[in-house]
Amino acid sequence: MIDTVIVTLVQIAVLLVGLLAAVAYLVLLERKVQAWVQVRLGPMRVGYHGILQPVADILKLVIKEDITPARADKWIYTLSPIIVLVPALIVFAVIPFGTSVTLLGVTIPLYISDLNVGLLYITAVASLGVYGLILGGWSSNSKYPLLASLRASAQLISYEVAVTMTLVSMILMAGTLSMVGIVEAQRAFQLPFSGRTGLWFIFAQPVAFFIYFVGGLAETNRAPFDLPEAEQELVGGFHTEYSGMRFALFFLAEYANMIVISAVATTLFLGGWLRPFPNVAWLGFLDWVPGWAWFIVKTFAFLWVFLWVRATLPRYRYDQLMRLGWKFLIPLAIANVMVTAALVVLL
Amino acid sequence: MQIERSATQFDTDELVINMGPQHPSTHGVLRLVLRLDGERVVDADVVIGYLHRGIEKLSENRDWTQIVLLTDRMDYVAAATNNLGYCETVEKLLQLEVPRRARYIRTILSELQRLASHLVWLGTHAMDIGAVTVFLYCLRERELILDLFEEYCGARLTYNSMRVGGLPIDLPPGWDRKVREICDIVDAKVVEYEQLLTQNRIWLERTREVGVISGVEAVAMGFCGPPLRASGVARDVRKDEPYAAYAEFAFDIPIGARGDTYDRYLVRLEEIRQSTRIVRQALDGLPEGPVLGKVPRLIKPPAGETYHAIEAPKGELGFFIVSDGKSISPYRFRVRPPSFCNLQVLPRLVRGHLVADVVALIGTIDIVLGEVDR
Repeated sequence: MIDTVIVTLVQIAVLLVGLLAAVAYLVLLERKVQAWVQVRLGPMRVGYHGILQPVADILKLVIKEDITPARADKWIYTLSPIIVLVPALIVFAVIPFGTSVTLLGVTIPLYISDLNVGLLYITAVASLGVYGLILGGWSSNSKYPLLASLRASAQLISYEVAVTMTLVSMILMAGTLSMVGIVEAQRAFQLPFSGRTGLWFIFAQPVAFFIYFVGGLAETNRAPFDLPEAEQELVGGFHTEYSGMRFALFFLAEYANMIVISAVATTLFLGGWLRPFPNVAWLGFLDWVPGWAWFIVKTFAFLWVFLWVRATLPRYRYDQLMRLGWKFLIPLAIANVMVTAALVVLL
Repeated sequence: MQIERSATQFDTDELVINMGPQHPSTHGVLRLVLRLDGERVVDADVVIGYLHRGIEKLSENRDWTQIVLLTDRMDYVAAATNNLGYCETVEKLLQLEVPRRARYIRTILSELQRLASHLVWLGTHAMDIGAVTVFLYCLRERELILDLFEEYCGARLTYNSMRVGGLPIDLPPGWDRKVREICDIVDAKVVEYEQLLTQNRIWLERTREVGVISGVEAVAMGFCGPPLRASGVARDVRKDEPYAAYAEFAFDIPIGARGDTYDRYLVRLEEIRQSTRIVRQALDGLPEGPVLGKVPRLIKPPAGETYHAIEAPKGELGFFIVSDGKSISPYRFRVRPPSFCNLQVLPRLVRGHLVADVVALIGTIDIVLGEVDR
């Protein structure tokens, strides 16, 4: 009993440290990718090719003065960045990075918990973050953040419908809500009318993947859907009034959410920790790379596309974003669920 | 669709927000007071004057040569065309003949300036709409043009590159070859910008049918330059009242059909191509000879007044100068800046649009506050 508690605590510690480091370096990666797209060099001064830039960034944010606007609602103002960040972190409890490793004779699973309703847990927890955005914008007692937080709530809720619909079709495919189960289902998945097994769900559900990707961009407030923090229109968006460490929490949450979206995409569509074509024997040499490494590579490949999109596309307008969500993505997602359900029953 | 509102049930105040003068996308120190109904703009007040330096009054206390460098500070993104407009106005007062070579070089300089100015416009406009990368690409090419100016006159922003009666210096050796190279580069890169934007669905949605203004209305409200041409009015001072050496070159005036933000974008991109075309023609036919006409040591135009306009990158730039024939400074110096005249159309353009369109519309009329406020 005490063993499992210690193992779990160690797991949580490793995951949190790893996650925060990943977030810090994702910020650096974003700046670098954007710089490369824009024929610049990006951060070059702190460490070799800016490798220590995240340290400098964090240090800067920590030592900045933490300002609360005079007529802000102090409690809610302080609480809202926490409300945003915590859900983004605890989602990782059910993300499987691999099967298990054996260390010092103890078999440690590479996930903190394999909930049998893992996917439901993710959707439930991830949608809590939006409260933080609304409260943060409202409690700042300033007009730009208020407008931005209204945008944010409308946007996140509408895109969540579409994203959740795609998750429903994935559940139909896998027949389980457990994240580990979904990955295992991809190993077993057989494309109808062919002997092929072990295809990732992205090949069976390209439409769902597309909707998930677009919805994921919108849910994380990334370009081209970064309206809640459209600096050209609303100065800084919902966190205009925030500074110092409280701003940093919003910032961390945004990037942690990106990682969440990518990690869930990897689990659902890209076969989680499975190597490419897991049942093709002659690709067996790929097993040399451990599962968790595949997982991280896939997640970062997905993140890379996020960054890439940001450097390329202009921004949608608020009404266009709503139209895209409600009139295109949601009907498409519902149709996809229907077709998937019919095919699953028939085949 | 009209939703009936009941004021007793809901609180339906209009929201007044203040945009600028320290706002990332008001292109300097423009201040807008927006009245919003939700996200829809009911009305906008443009507040200007934050960059007023009294250039017009200052000019009435400087001699005629010194004013050239004050004009640099008006539209600081396009200093060469300001120089040109001023010098030609004074030449008109003096009835001075400018050598043909000087007129050719002036044409080359002002077209290069148009390229640089349009590149800055495209970059900032695209960045306002969220396409950050285009900005850096555009500034990369603008840098090459600034290098040309630096080689010619030593400055990169405020050139002071012209004199009454001609030019201060002749072209440096090998300059024309570099200009040709850069024209080729710009032509090639415009294709790249178009790949990023012209067919981009988001770009189309953000710019089509945004800020539509008909040709008749545009003329009535005093629109000038590329925005006027985008509304379908083929008014270009270079063609209508040729100055410098424009009468000797072949070039087209692109005009738009719908008069929306997208048309204004297309018109300016086409103008970039036409500018390189003019520069190449001017380099091909560059005559030999002096670059400065016979200018008296002390410039003292006879008493009289004159108005002269040129086509600056942002529109029709006019100078109205009165000389009393006695003093060594103008008696009255007045500028008709294109940015100022275009800016007054902004409230009309933004009415009924969303907040996000406001920044797109500020971008599309291409203002420089240094010129608006002077």
